[in-house]
Amino acid sequence: MSSYVEGIIILVGINIIAVLGISILTGFTRLFSFGNAGFMSIGAYTSALLTVRLKLPFILAIVISMIFTAIIAYLLGSLTLKLKGDYFLIATLGFGESVRVLFNYIEPLTGGARGFTGIPKYTTLTITVISVVLAFIFAWTLVHSKIGRNLTAVREQEAAAEAVGVDILSSKRISFVVSAVFAGWAGALYAHNLTFITPVMFNLAKSAELTITTVIGGLGSLTGSVLGTLLITLLPEVFRSLAEYRMLLYGIAVVLVIVLIPNGIYGYREFSATKVIHKIKKMMGKSTPKPEEE
Amino acid sequence: MFLQQLVNGISVGGVYALIATGYALIYSLLGFSNWAHGEVAMIGAYFALLCAANISLPLPLAIAIGVILAGVFSVMNERIAYKRIRDNKSPTMFLMIAAMGLSTTYQNSAMLIFGSKFQVFPKMSSMTLQIGSINIGYIDMISVLISLVVLVVLDVAINKTKFGLGIRSVASNSYIASMMGINIDKYFSLVFLIAGMLAGSAGVLLGMKYTVYPTMGNVALKAFIASVLGGLGSIRGAIVGALIIGVLETMVSAYLSSGLRDLVTFMLLIIILLVKPSGLMGVHIEDKA
Repeated sequence: MSSYVEGIIILVGINIIAVLGISILTGFTRLFSFGNAGFMSIGAYTSALLTVRLKLPFILAIVISMIFTAIIAYLLGSLTLKLKGDYFLIATLGFGESVRVLFNYIEPLTGGARGFTGIPKYTTLTITVISVVLAFIFAWTLVHSKIGRNLTAVREQEAAAEAVGVDILSSKRISFVVSAVFAGWAGALYAHNLTFITPVMFNLAKSAELTITTVIGGLGSLTGSVLGTLLITLLPEVFRSLAEYRMLLYGIAVVLVIVLIPNGIYGYREFSATKVIHKIKKMMGKSTPKPEEE
Repeated sequence: MFLQQLVNGISVGGVYALIATGYALIYSLLGFSNWAHGEVAMIGAYFALLCAANISLPLPLAIAIGVILAGVFSVMNERIAYKRIRDNKSPTMFLMIAAMGLSTTYQNSAMLIFGSKFQVFPKMSSMTLQIGSINIGYIDMISVLISLVVLVVLDVAINKTKFGLGIRSVASNSYIASMMGINIDKYFSLVFLIAGMLAGSAGVLLGMKYTVYPTMGNVALKAFIASVLGGLGSIRGAIVGALIIGVLETMVSAYLSSGLRDLVTFMLLIIILLVKPSGLMGVHIEDKA
């Protein structure tokens, strides 16, 4: 496999992990966060410091940065998840930007705005693929467990969920911590893929990009999120000649999707091979019994 | 030294206030934070600059054109995107995501059309007026004066006129207001026009004082924090919040470190949300489940 294709697959994989985190948070719990780029940068800087300064093995560094992001998300969530609607989002925005400015400021540790250089290139194709598969299995299991059903209940109607005995705060907190851990995980892989990080890579625009990708893929669908990430990451690669127009087209696409197809590409349903085969057969004129609804 | 910093802070705060009141107006009516607001300010600045530099129009005329076109773009956002999303009955958050999309679109259009270079207004006077030991730039004075006049007019219009009563009724409950025979779509468009013109004037003032560039709209984030500090949806709160942020930022830059300036502002944002989320002058928030 050419190194170009390999690079693209690694990039897509890293983005999928971060977007899956947002998918759980926004798609299944309807909490919006503008702080996930902040969690990504915490994961990136923590793992980079661990491998460069302490010479820890990569896998251990990833695990420690995930635990560290989880702790910070737990504390932040406990403080801010009581806030309603926009106010929670604004608090996460404040958090994300504070992290960025802080990493800029503590120069001896992070290299400041000039960036953290010389991170070893540990992120291989194998590690990325294993990470994506693990992340997807974990997300799928969570969403289809009792906790996942609680999250969906919170999404649909908070008051009703509370009335039937769902612990709103703890459900939201689980969702928030999981999304932060995924972001930290993606951040650690990102740092060791690029070998160079600066705080500005993890700004508000990055957080917005993650949320937008989730919305375009479709809320309430893990496979939709994967599809959305593939589309958003691969399309610019296909249309290389349009590189300068990439962000412009991206902005226009967001507005069009949100106005014209508010459910996104694959909202509130999961991709299933049997349904697709059924559809294809139907198109070819063969009548087959309708497959069971999920 | 302290007085000088205070004057600088108020001058910055006045410009923030012009943007922050726009956030407050739109939030009070639609309950969402319009992330494309900063780009409207940027559009106003570019049009004024084009008129002043390329067609050599007199400065006041150039400014007027910039401000009006900013208002037009703001209304366009409402008509093209926000209105349709409301009609789709999508969650309020979708308005915000659409606004982010518009913001990206405008920023990158400006980048493609004008390039990412910093541009300055022609023949801007850098003269200052000396009062005692304080130096006040003419542009600062003009910007404080304009901010003051515009904000007083806005406050009177909202609280004392029939038009203001209409806006307040739509803000209080748009559904009931529409049943009472108020054409709410007209009011939504009007509010976007006013907010857009306010942002446009802020953009022009910033452009005259500093420079014009595609991402200059990012300054609106500070104005947004100001409107949260004052209480989302409250116009007077937004003005007070903007002055506090303006003065605080200049003071932190002057006495602590300019690297800490933004950190202090963002920390203030988180603290106010934890202590009093409704802000300094905001109405109490209720859960719209």
